[in-house]
Amino acid sequence: MKVAKDLVAASATPMVLGILAEEDSYGYAILRRINELSDGELDWTEGLLYPLLHRLERLGHVESSWRAVAGERRRKYYRITRGGLAELAEQRRQWDAVVGALKEIWPGDPRPLATFPLGGFA
Amino acid sequence: MTDDQGGLTAQFAEWRHYVQRRRELRQADVDELEDHLRGSVDDLMAAGLHADEAFLVAVKRMGSLDELSREFAREHSERLWKQLVLTGGSDGPAARSRRDLAVMVACALGAAVSVRAPELFGVSLAEGSGFYPLNAGLLVLPWLAGFLAWRRGAPARLVGVLVALFALGAVAANAYPLPVESQSIVLTSLHLPIALWFAVGLAYASDDPRSSRRWMDFIRFTGECFIYYVLIALGGGVLVGFVFGTFEAIGVSPETAIAQWVVPCGAAAAVVVAGWLVEVKQGVVENIAPVLTRLFTPLFTVVLLAFLVTFAITTGGIDVEREALILFDLLLVVVLGLLLYSASARDPLAPPGLFDKLQLALVVSALVIDVLVLWEITGRITGFGTTPNKAAALGENVILLVNLAWSAWLMLGLLRRRTPFTALERWQTAYLPVYAVWAWVVVLVFPPVFGYL
Repeated sequence: MKVAKDLVAASATPMVLGILAEEDSYGYAILRRINELSDGELDWTEGLLYPLLHRLERLGHVESSWRAVAGERRRKYYRITRGGLAELAEQRRQWDAVVGALKEIWPGDPRPLATFPLGGFA
Repeated sequence: MTDDQGGLTAQFAEWRHYVQRRRELRQADVDELEDHLRGSVDDLMAAGLHADEAFLVAVKRMGSLDELSREFAREHSERLWKQLVLTGGSDGPAARSRRDLAVMVACALGAAVSVRAPELFGVSLAEGSGFYPLNAGLLVLPWLAGFLAWRRGAPARLVGVLVALFALGAVAANAYPLPVESQSIVLTSLHLPIALWFAVGLAYASDDPRSSRRWMDFIRFTGECFIYYVLIALGGGVLVGFVFGTFEAIGVSPETAIAQWVVPCGAAAAVVVAGWLVEVKQGVVENIAPVLTRLFTPLFTVVLLAFLVTFAITTGGIDVEREALILFDLLLVVVLGLLLYSASARDPLAPPGLFDKLQLALVVSALVIDVLVLWEITGRITGFGTTPNKAAALGENVILLVNLAWSAWLMLGLLRRRTPFTALERWQTAYLPVYAVWAWVVVLVFPPVFGYL
């Protein structure tokens, strides 16, 4: 299963801000972290990630700097700003509302239709 | 292994060379993407792939460069402004530019004919009836708006709004009984073109009227259009000179033809041509407005500061007669223009620098001058009563005061790294409707309120 494209796009900003709220990071590591968090089900491309990072920077949600960490290449690191943290909190409130509503409609087990008959007669 | 590394270095060099040809990507973007590619290659090699296999897989994973460039282009439209025009559908550029040319020529001809058409109804260019100063914008700008709306494929509803706005302008210019010598006729002649220019802006932004970036593009368009127009006018002057000289030489006086036909029709058509030139960007002049801004911001700052110092020493008060009021308003508008154009050309991600400080100084000194002028005007209005001129100047100064004050605040935030540059950009585009509304108020409401004075 792959997550649908518009859902990926909608969740991209809170995802990246959330990852940067954990620690400063760079493009490739962010992409790997997203892959790891979603067990490979979120299909991100570079064409999604880098323009998004640049947009977040333009909006003042993140800051970037080229850093040379010992033993590694020079890399462009991104750091979340105070504005970015506020944006993340706001996005989180919105996502909580969406997820909360979905949970109301889909209670309990994620596959109720498949398990219901078995549970009913066992 | 060393072989592997050597091969990889060559492959990366080739990749860089290929990617750098993309105008959408800057050096720093290419660096960032190369780091990404290297990270990907390292991981694949750690998983057991050979260097060249890893490189191929990594490049493949990065996806098509076209798509990547397009996404970058979408985010960084201000870069593209310099090179390409991001409009139009999927059809070929050649066919499109030919159709553009045809529609432009039709609109330019339309504008040229419109200027002469009133003659059929007995309104002569030569007589000073006040018709032409009032109606010049109405005769020319609809054609430019029409060209832009056609180019953007404006929805029918928006076209309806445009038609309504131009019709409203026509009513305001011609339905009121304005005496030729009145202040109102001057005010309307000055404000109606501004009001109509915002209608042109609506046509320009008609594919996405709510986007502040689109309106920023319109601000850029305005500046470039002005520059192209001035250049065309200079060329036109040379042309008129030759026409005059050569026809005189063979004993035919071209004076009437030039004054009645060549100059007015040329001036009208040139508006559409200038707009078209900005749209298709033929590389004749590349973004000269921001360059001029860079040159004149320091000079204007010095002049304003010198004025303030002189004013403080002499304290003679400001002459608030009509010419002086217009001069001061124009000065403030120029300052605002300098601010807008440097904003429209600035790399939004660049850290604040010396130029931003200079600009803050410019804005603050303009703010002080604005307050001085306002002080004088309100003094005169309370002392001697109000006239349309003073009321219009008062309103304009208040509008500029609000914009300059908030701009200064945002620039201070930018210098202290508290506010991103985008905030300034958004403020300026969000403020555009205020000018438009005021221009319409002066045109529509002032004449009846002041009894057509």
